[in-house]
Amino acid sequence: MAAPARGEQVVLPTTLGGEPTGLGRFGEYGGRFVPETLVPALEELEAEFRTAWVSDEFRAELGDLLTNYAGRPTPVTECRRLSERLGVRVLLKREDLTHTGSHKINNVLGQALLTRRMGKQRVIAETGAGQHGVATATAAALFGLDCQVFMGAVDIERQALNVFRMQLLGAEVIPVSSGSATLKDAINDALRDWVASVESTHYCIGSVVGPHPYPWIVREFQRIVGDEAREQCRTRTGGDPDFVVACVGGGSNAIGTFTGFLETAARLVGVEAGGHGLESGQHGASVSRGVPGVLHGARSLFMQDEDGQILSAHSISAGLDYPGVGPEHAQLAAEGRAEYVYATDDEALAGFQLLAETEGIVPALEPAHAIGWLAREAGRSVPAGSTVLVTLSGRGDKDANQVAEMLGETLG
Amino acid sequence: MNLETHLRARRAEGRTLLVPYVTGGLGAGWLDVVRAVAAAGADAIEIGIPFSDPVMDGATIQEASQRALDLDATPAAIIADAASLDVDIPLVVMTYYNPVQHAGHQRFASSLAESGIDAAIVPDLPLDELDGWGEAADAAGIETVLLAAPTTTDERLRAICERSRGFVYGVALMGVTGERRALAAQAGEMGRRCKAVTDKPVLLGVGISTPEQACEAAESADGVIVGSALVRRLLQGGGPEAAATFVSELRSALDVRDAARASGDPT
Repeated sequence: MAAPARGEQVVLPTTLGGEPTGLGRFGEYGGRFVPETLVPALEELEAEFRTAWVSDEFRAELGDLLTNYAGRPTPVTECRRLSERLGVRVLLKREDLTHTGSHKINNVLGQALLTRRMGKQRVIAETGAGQHGVATATAAALFGLDCQVFMGAVDIERQALNVFRMQLLGAEVIPVSSGSATLKDAINDALRDWVASVESTHYCIGSVVGPHPYPWIVREFQRIVGDEAREQCRTRTGGDPDFVVACVGGGSNAIGTFTGFLETAARLVGVEAGGHGLESGQHGASVSRGVPGVLHGARSLFMQDEDGQILSAHSISAGLDYPGVGPEHAQLAAEGRAEYVYATDDEALAGFQLLAETEGIVPALEPAHAIGWLAREAGRSVPAGSTVLVTLSGRGDKDANQVAEMLGETLG
Repeated sequence: MNLETHLRARRAEGRTLLVPYVTGGLGAGWLDVVRAVAAAGADAIEIGIPFSDPVMDGATIQEASQRALDLDATPAAIIADAASLDVDIPLVVMTYYNPVQHAGHQRFASSLAESGIDAAIVPDLPLDELDGWGEAADAAGIETVLLAAPTTTDERLRAICERSRGFVYGVALMGVTGERRALAAQAGEMGRRCKAVTDKPVLLGVGISTPEQACEAAESADGVIVGSALVRRLLQGGGPEAAATFVSELRSALDVRDAARASGDPT
């Protein structure tokens, strides 16, 4: 399959990727640990997704939206100056160039179509950095759906631009002040709303987390990132990259990317939030430091204390500030098919500036972790001369204020 | 004590069952609160083991859970402390699945049994995911109470009622725990649907906050669970006496209803 050229219609694969086994299991991870009230809606969603995926009408409509609304396919950009600086060949998969500025739109358009097929009039979503909230609000505006977005009070503060964007798009942003007032707590409140509203509302989960079927359907909607990138790399370099790197919070851009390269020889690297360093305990490195547990409907790896209470994560980036990871990542780590590393807040900030200065691309703080990790490891665990594909999951406009503040600059 | 046997016997006496909920570890006096609630006419008591992310709970139980955790409450300490409760009614723990699986199914189940706790409710562990815990609980003699919801299909409802031990917990509304102004429209239907497919005791819970609502809910079920309305009184500074007063009010209202029913006098 050749990647479509810019302007050419995106065609979705006719088959689904590797399905979870049993009740949504990836190895021992996954599952459907939810209040009874939600079980029928999850069964309905799975059935609708299966029917939709084999419907020519659904596939044509989603393909058209991805092409003519979201701007797919996104290019792969060769980074000449950065490559020279690091001594490795760096290619970027440019999800920052999609409409709304991140990979989140891929999933949201798919789920919005499912919402309409199920006859529901309202969508709710959680958001951390605000990118998924903006994407959901966008799709809701496009489809004429009511939209409410749950967002931690801490994140509302640090992502003020995205809050305003959601409001412009007609969504209501609901502040969440319980717990750590970040992404984890926003998911809790979205689930609580859904327990009350499930008959009329679709919960548009933004990552490969949550109860079955979410980790699977969100992966299928994000798989386009990796499928495109693989063909684009082959066209450009004549082969597969040595390393495929993506940041991991819940892990949707990473799983979308990795899925396209599972059958290649590429080393798959997920970069988690190292926060103030793993020894500090102030981080979001759930694969590196988490233990198996059950939260938000799935068994996966979570940061928790000796009694099984979930710990607060910390990250400079709201989108990675989550004490868990999607179940398929937990399984890829267990199999050793993907490896999970981290970049600290400082390294992410350095990556943010490095990409801006060398390539004229301002990344979001989330993928800045992937750049920061590569900058640290190039010539070390990433041998000189390697070809490295990095998924640039989103653009950094939303982070400009926060970064300016951290660098001691005052914006007018 | 076997929960189901106990509740069946009380039901056979014509008594509407009353199961209050108390958050474990909520202040040093929480055990005295449980004792007071037992003495005030409860038929069994739910002891909440706080979890950091209680997605089935509304603001009141969330706050109580967080306050208990801030006071260093732990599952192990709450269960161990419960061993000193010499009340003559069954005790049921209510918690979420992560603390249970984190401790280990067998270890958690046997710790409950060792403390004289009879049953467990784990609201984020639905029928389809019950296996590991269900087997460990059965082996330790712990009855696992399952929840049925207004959205549950008839086919699932039969399976849930079949597998539930102790009683069947009918969720009386669409939503999370918390006080409501009026009993939800779904409550009656929920009770009737459960009663139609099981002769196990059926209790309604979630959104039942006042004596009037308890009596109304009892029209379609064998009894009620009252949590947030009681826990709010504890959060507002009430102790064992305030808890006992409220539970007595609930009990009296249900007793009046039961007496009227026994005499064939519709109230």
